[in-house]
Amino acid sequence: MSFDAEMEEIHKIFFEESHEGLDAMESGLLNLDASADRETINTIFRAAHSIKGGAATFGFVEIAHFTHDVETLLDEMRNGVRAMSSQAQQLLLQSVDCIREMIKAAQAGGAVDVQRVAILNESIKDLLASGDVPLTPAPALPVTEVDTVPPAVETAAMPLMNVEGTAASSPVPGWIIRFTPHEDILRTNNEPTRMFAELAKLGPVIADADISAVPALEDLVPESLYFRWTLKLNAVVDQRRVQDVFDWVDASSKLEYEEVSARPAASTGGVGTAAASPAPAPATAPTAAPKAAPAAKAAGDTSSIRVSIDKVDSLINLVGELVITQSMLSQFGERFDPGQLERLREGLSHLSRNTRDLQESVMQIRMLPIGFAFNRFPRLVHDLSRKLGKQVELRLSGEGTELDKTVLEKISDPLVHLVRNALDHGLETPAVRSAAGKDPTGTIELNAYHEGGSIIVEVKDDGAGLNKARILNRARERGLVPADAELTDDQIHNLIFQPGFSTAETISDVSGRGVGMDVVRRNINDLGGHVQITSNEGRGSTIKIRLPLTLAILDGQLVRVGAETYVISLLAIVETIQVKADQVNRLPGGVELFRLRSEYLPIIDLGQQFGIGRDPSTSCDGLLVVVESDGRRFGLMVDDLLAQQQVVIKSLESSYRQVRGLAGATILGDGRVALILDVPGLVQTFEQRALQAEAASAAA
Amino acid sequence: MSKVILAVDDSASMRKMVHFTLSGAGYNVVQAVDGVEALEYARDHEVDVVLTDVNMPRMDGIELVKELRALPSYRFTPMLVLTTESSQEKKLQGKQAGATGWIVKPFNPEQLLATIARVL
Repeated sequence: MSFDAEMEEIHKIFFEESHEGLDAMESGLLNLDASADRETINTIFRAAHSIKGGAATFGFVEIAHFTHDVETLLDEMRNGVRAMSSQAQQLLLQSVDCIREMIKAAQAGGAVDVQRVAILNESIKDLLASGDVPLTPAPALPVTEVDTVPPAVETAAMPLMNVEGTAASSPVPGWIIRFTPHEDILRTNNEPTRMFAELAKLGPVIADADISAVPALEDLVPESLYFRWTLKLNAVVDQRRVQDVFDWVDASSKLEYEEVSARPAASTGGVGTAAASPAPAPATAPTAAPKAAPAAKAAGDTSSIRVSIDKVDSLINLVGELVITQSMLSQFGERFDPGQLERLREGLSHLSRNTRDLQESVMQIRMLPIGFAFNRFPRLVHDLSRKLGKQVELRLSGEGTELDKTVLEKISDPLVHLVRNALDHGLETPAVRSAAGKDPTGTIELNAYHEGGSIIVEVKDDGAGLNKARILNRARERGLVPADAELTDDQIHNLIFQPGFSTAETISDVSGRGVGMDVVRRNINDLGGHVQITSNEGRGSTIKIRLPLTLAILDGQLVRVGAETYVISLLAIVETIQVKADQVNRLPGGVELFRLRSEYLPIIDLGQQFGIGRDPSTSCDGLLVVVESDGRRFGLMVDDLLAQQQVVIKSLESSYRQVRGLAGATILGDGRVALILDVPGLVQTFEQRALQAEAASAAA
Repeated sequence: MSKVILAVDDSASMRKMVHFTLSGAGYNVVQAVDGVEALEYARDHEVDVVLTDVNMPRMDGIELVKELRALPSYRFTPMLVLTTESSQEKKLQGKQAGATGWIVKPFNPEQLLATIARVL
């Protein structure tokens, strides 16, 4: 790999770990309450420290500079010199955002809001400069009480050793260094000879060794050093350069520097002698890194995933097994004896098992814990509850539940919306809660778990719950339901998912623009999932999102309609029943209803819907696949039920175009194409047609 | 045999940077993510130079140097501590623990190579 490519790779890792570090800082800062232990602040400090170090090393000077003060502030808190006030906490949280922006900008080559950075930096400097600790605890945030101690000892340039700089006249200008090493200096591998070699790089050196301290042989410890030296450096160089050579020498060794010059203004430099000085120069900005910085451009939104070694290992194992099976089968191919049929079958069943395992394993690679989506909520809830003057406890559970990366990315925004809604509309203010006899601190729970091959994500609050009367009124006002319609509780609750529905009395900048819940539902439907709300007035609401594990593979029920095969997602199917023609009621307008127990199900005839002929023998009697969409049930009339199997979803859009009512296509084992039904889309098309037919029959 | 350098840092990018620079110069670089891992490795293997970050979870660099110096086979092994310019205190702590010297962050590849050359 070339140098630039290598640096680009290193930068990528730096960005990635910086984002992780910032996440750790954020969650640490949010957890800094009275119960926080020392390790929390240590973790926050370490993250800032690493980001600063990396940024400085890789040439992201602004990031390093900004993070430096943040680190200093954290260091003071870590050492107990400064208390964590709620003001400092806010400032640090803002700094996390700011560093995140800067990292993103460095990653994608974008610009940063320089002014914002400067203002924030100024605030941090102000806080650092203020000796006393401002304690302004916010109601929701207990502050760790720490005695106020004056700021740490100045750390700028504490000399390591006493330096005596007495001017003496001498014919050759330069330095005299008196060096009395500690006996144990060799133990740390600090070879004086190496230092002399360093010193010689600055100019000619004359070394006088004083060996008077060497003991008699029987007392001599070979690992100890008994010499002392007087070194003459015949070069006019800065004292600092000379000191750098002995930088590593222990404080227990003695060092004296004496400048030898009549004219002390000897700053003309050491005639090019020190060009190769390898001594660490802290003030020097790295020269190699910035060149490669623009190369990291466009890395901002890479669609790479971090995969745990375990998953890759299991994949490699499976490929290994596959290779074995393959070689076993190919042996049969060379010279097949019909007597080996049993073994061939065995080999094929191995192959199918390998394939299945491999498929699962590959899918696993795309799976990420939902914690990635949950991570942003502590901060969001923290900020929002302050803004709204509410007290909230956020409980997360099931963060380890894994789902497909694409699903994870797309579920994030709807979840934010739901949590904001719960906070803004669901939870009451502490006063209202107390008045209702509830704990003034409300809770919002985010929970994820597996249920029957799909993932359930729940957003639960213990707030006021949905106000049915108000929802119904609003829906009537908006003409969403007829004035005389009788609706069940569930139906009323689900009205909030209707486009343009919002009952918020005032529009806040948190939520309440009325563009929310229908978008949430649409996004979730687009993912092949669905959303349901249950609510208990005065007790709170629970929103339950059901999501498929992955978007690439679907557990499907194959059905036959005429000569065609369609696939219905098993997630959508409630049950399948045999119907007789006389069990079907026909309404004016052509809609057919089937009475299933106490419920009337509208029947969608797939043959009719897709304009294909169904079997004449089953056109009246048939199989009804009961599906659920947005809490309502429908019956899909089909000719036959075929196998249940996993199908790989192929997009119709990429090779044809989007078709309403179809989610995609798949290729069956025999090579034929089967279309996958999009149940919510199908229902919508059906309802529109029914409405049109109704209008037409009313007009007639 | 190329010299073995044990590079200890919790930051993957720093490790990679050190690895890239030193392996390019012909050194054999072994990486560890913290003091615990480094100590474990160093106990069973021969290492020519230890290069460690200070701030790390589990076991920090100062503690690592102290632990290693206590091992007979590491009495004279050069050990360098990676530190930031603001932490004079750490430098002193490092010295007291038995570190040979330090490299101040930020450093560039040339500085790193020069410093390693200084102890080998």
